[in-house]
Amino acid sequence: MKNEGVHISSYSSHGIVLTVLLALTTLSVMVTDWHLGAFSVSVALLIASIKVSTVITYFMHVKFESLFLKLLIAGVFVIYALVIIITFIDYFLR
Amino acid sequence: MLMSTLQQNHSEHIDSETGKLGMWIFLFTELFLFGGLFLVYAVFRAKYSEDFHTAADELNTFIGTLNTVFLLVSSMTVAMSVTAIQKNNRKLALFLVLVTLVLAGLFMMNKYFEWSHKFEYNLYPGSEVLKNLPRGELLFFGLYYMMTGLHALHVFIGMILLSINIVKIGKGTVNQQHYLMLENSGLYWHLVDLIWIFLFPLLYLIT
Repeated sequence: MKNEGVHISSYSSHGIVLTVLLALTTLSVMVTDWHLGAFSVSVALLIASIKVSTVITYFMHVKFESLFLKLLIAGVFVIYALVIIITFIDYFLR
Repeated sequence: MLMSTLQQNHSEHIDSETGKLGMWIFLFTELFLFGGLFLVYAVFRAKYSEDFHTAADELNTFIGTLNTVFLLVSSMTVAMSVTAIQKNNRKLALFLVLVTLVLAGLFMMNKYFEWSHKFEYNLYPGSEVLKNLPRGELLFFGLYYMMTGLHALHVFIGMILLSINIVKIGKGTVNQQHYLMLENSGLYWHLVDLIWIFLFPLLYLIT
């Protein structure tokens, strides 16, 4: 049978992941009211990054996928980070 | 569908692996499509931070937060539907995909009210009011309409995919042995969620 050896995520684990995501959303809305100035964008992006990693790891099931796919996904994010960094280096040193 | 034909002709394990890999490669192109827009946003935000702040105040944080909740919950229900089909619980899988579809509909309804409210104030691309705003605010609204519009298009496509899955689960063509279509539609739906997770703080919460 196909399902042998295939990891099946439990309903409760999805529930826990959702709770974490909703808590992080609340935090991210609250942080806006603290007026952290220049840091507010970094904090908002940090929280968003944690949420995105959580969705990719658990909802998108990547935690239980092959090493190849994991490396591929990590690689794409590294490339995108490089695109941002290089653009900003160019932009600020112009 | 091509996917199910392929599954019948080849070893199932390899097919679902490659089918998923293909979906991921497609998702990478989607990431860079939105990634380009995020980059434009980042550069203009750095250049016109004051204008971006003023313009972002026009957006309704409550609607944005509510839509975030809709998408997060819908991401969970679609992930759960894969679990349900793997456990051969077709009824539950069908119900969960249906809930996902309803949440997607609620998201779009909110978006409709949000946009029409802005249109009432003549804040739409090409309007005289928008043209006379400071350059940074004009750029913010341009990006706002482009990014949320492109995202809404993805939500719409996701709704079509979810509907196809409802029909297929009902017919039994998506079942415990063949559920790649549901898995890949789920991955697409999670991508829609991922993009919104970044759009929400950048457009609605920036101060």
